[in-house]
Amino acid sequence: MSATARPFPEAAHDALRDAQLRSNLFVATQTIRDKRNQVVGELSDWEELREAGRAIKADVLANLDRYLLQFEQAVADAGGQVHWAADAGEANQVVLDVARAHGVTELVKVKSLTTDEIGLNAALEAGGVSAIETDLAELILQLGGDWSSHILVPAIHRNRTEIRDIFRATIADDALSDDPGELAEASRTYLRERFLTARMAVSGANFGVAETGTVCVVESEGNGRMCTTLPPVLVTILGIEKLIPSFADLEVFLQLLPRSSTGERMNPYTSLWTGVNAADGPQEFHVVLLDAGRTNALADTVGRQALHCIRCSACLNVCPVYSRTGGQAYGSIYPGPIGAILTPLLYGVEHAPTLPFASSLCGACYEVCPVKIDIPSVLLHLRAKAVESAGKPSLTMAAAGWLFGGRRRFAAAQRLGRLAQRPLIRAGKIRRLPPPLDAWTRTRDLRPLAGESFREWWERRG
Amino acid sequence: MRVALFITCISDSLTPEVGRSTVEVLERLGHEVVFPPEQTCCGQMHLNSGYREEADRLGERFMRIFDGFDTIVAPSSSCVGTMRELHPELHGRLFEFSELLVTRLGVTDVGASFPHRVAYHATCHSLRLTAIGDAPLRLLDAVAGLERVELSEERECCGFGGTFAIENADTSTAMVIDKCAEIAASGAGVVTAVDSSCLMQIGGRLSREGAAVRTMHLAEILNQTAA
Repeated sequence: MSATARPFPEAAHDALRDAQLRSNLFVATQTIRDKRNQVVGELSDWEELREAGRAIKADVLANLDRYLLQFEQAVADAGGQVHWAADAGEANQVVLDVARAHGVTELVKVKSLTTDEIGLNAALEAGGVSAIETDLAELILQLGGDWSSHILVPAIHRNRTEIRDIFRATIADDALSDDPGELAEASRTYLRERFLTARMAVSGANFGVAETGTVCVVESEGNGRMCTTLPPVLVTILGIEKLIPSFADLEVFLQLLPRSSTGERMNPYTSLWTGVNAADGPQEFHVVLLDAGRTNALADTVGRQALHCIRCSACLNVCPVYSRTGGQAYGSIYPGPIGAILTPLLYGVEHAPTLPFASSLCGACYEVCPVKIDIPSVLLHLRAKAVESAGKPSLTMAAAGWLFGGRRRFAAAQRLGRLAQRPLIRAGKIRRLPPPLDAWTRTRDLRPLAGESFREWWERRG
Repeated sequence: MRVALFITCISDSLTPEVGRSTVEVLERLGHEVVFPPEQTCCGQMHLNSGYREEADRLGERFMRIFDGFDTIVAPSSSCVGTMRELHPELHGRLFEFSELLVTRLGVTDVGASFPHRVAYHATCHSLRLTAIGDAPLRLLDAVAGLERVELSEERECCGFGGTFAIENADTSTAMVIDKCAEIAASGAGVVTAVDSSCLMQIGGRLSREGAAVRTMHLAEILNQTAA
C-alpha cells in the first residue's frame, strides 16, 4: 500500500460534495451507533471489560517476542506450518508459493483487512492466481473495481441500485432487480459454486491464541466458515499484534468485539481451529505472521497502543469527521480515527502527514474504544512528529509563540490587530479575510477583535 | 474566596464580555477575583497543531504566573482540560467556571434572570476532557425565567477543533451546518456553551446564515439579572 494518495482535506472536499454518500453514511453510522449504545448499555461491567481488554493487549505487546514463539510452537505441534513475513512482499510470496505448490489458479477469501493492507489480491493476480472475495460487501467492491470505505461495512457508500448494476455487469443477467432478496440470491448462487470447487482459501484472523495455536475468525455471513472448512488448503495471514495469551482471554474479546462492532450481543459465526485435524477441515494449514510496520508502531511508546485495535470500527461510527467524509477520503486501508493514527504509525508519518490532523479532537473515539486506545493523545503525538518530519515549521505558529511569550507583546498585537481589521469590518462582522484565513470566512463570519480587550477593561477598572 | 482568573487568549481578545461576566458573577457572590496581568495563552493551539516545544514553554509560563494561587478559574473547558492533562497537579486548583461554581463553591442559583429560550451545547472538551458533568445545566436551570430546550445531537462536535476549522475547513463547515440545523430545530433564541471557541464557530455560521439565534457564553447568561 502506498499509504495516503491525496491530502485528506482535498479528498474530503470531494467526498463532502457527494450527496448520496453523505446520506448513506449518515443512516448507516447512526444506525450502528444506536445499536452499539443499546447493547453496551446492557452490560453493567462494560468499563471493567474495556479495562481487561486494554490490559491483555498491553501485556501482549510488552511480551510479544515470547508470545510469538509460543504461538509458533503451538501451531507446529498441532500440524500447522508457520511463516514469518517482515513485509507485504514476503507475506504475498508465501501465499503465492503455496498456491503454486498445489497448482491452484483460483482461491476463495474471507474478508480480511490485513490482506487488503498488503495488497494480496493484486500480488496474486500478477502471479496468475485469482482471489475471489466471499464476504458480500467485499464481493461488491471486487466486482465493481472499487475499494472499501468502512472497516465493517466496506460497501457503505453503495446503494442497492448501484449494486444491481455491478451484478448485472458481472455475475447476473439484466433480469436482476434491486430487490435485496434477489441481490443476495445472485451473490449466493455465484459464491456457492466457488466454495464447492475451491481447493485453497486465504483468511485473516481476529485473534491468535499463543497458548494453544488456535486461530479465531469472527464473521456474520457464514462465508468465513465455508472458507476455513471446505478447501483442503488454508493460509491465514495474522498481524503479529493479533495474539492473545490464552484461550480464556477470548471471553473478554468475544464480548467486546460484537457489541462494539455490529451492535450485536454475539456475532453469528465464530470459527476456531487449531492446526489440522485428519477427520475434518483443511488438511494443510499455514499461518503467516506479518510485521509490515507493526514493529515500527511498537517502538513508538505513545503510539503503540494503536496495536491494541481489534478492528471493531466503533470509532468510525461515532466520529463526526468520518461520518461526513466516509472512509475513502482517508486514502488508507484503515480509515476513521483509528486509521488516522494506525496508518502513520505503520508506514511513517511522512507518508500520511495530513491524517493526524483529520480530527477535531472531540474525543468520541476514545470514549467508545473497547480496548481504550487514547486516540486524541496519539493524534497530538503524531501531529508533533508530522511537523518535525516536514522540517519547515510554520512562521505563523512561530510568530504566535513569540507573541504569547510576553504580556506587552501580546497586548501590542491586540492593538495592532484592531487597527489592521478596520477595513475588513462590515456591519460589525468580518465576512472576508485573506488566505489562509479565508478558509474560515468562506463559510463563516468572524467576530472582530473587541474594541477593548479584557485586560484593558481590567486596568481601566482599577 | 480569592480566585485567580485565567481569561484565555480568545476571550481576552475577542469576547472580553465573557471575562467581565465571570468577574462580576464571582464578585456578586462575594468572592475576590484577581487577574495576574502577565498571562497570555495556555499553549493549547500550539499543542494541537504539533508545536510541542512552544506549547510546553507556554504551559510552563502559565504554571509560573499562577504559582501561589490555590484556586484558578477559566471560562473555557478546553483550556482547563488541556492544562490539567499536561500538569496533573492542577487538579483541584484549576477549574472551569461552571465547575468552580457548582463543584467547588456549591452554588447553583447565582441570582440570574434571563427570560429566553436557551439551548445548551455541550462542548466536546467539557464532556470528555474536563468532564464537568451537568454543572452548566444545573446553573441554567436555576436562572429565573429561562426556558431550556434540547439539541437533538447533544453530544456531537460543532466542528471547531482549533486549526482544524481552517485546515479542514470543508469538513468543519459540514459539521457546523448540521449543528446550526439542530439549533434551528430546537426553537432556541440563544445558544450557550462554556467555550468561547466553539461559540465563535457556531456564531460565525449562524451569522453567515442570517439566523436570528444569538450565541452567549454561560457566564454572560449567569450575569444577567432582573433590572
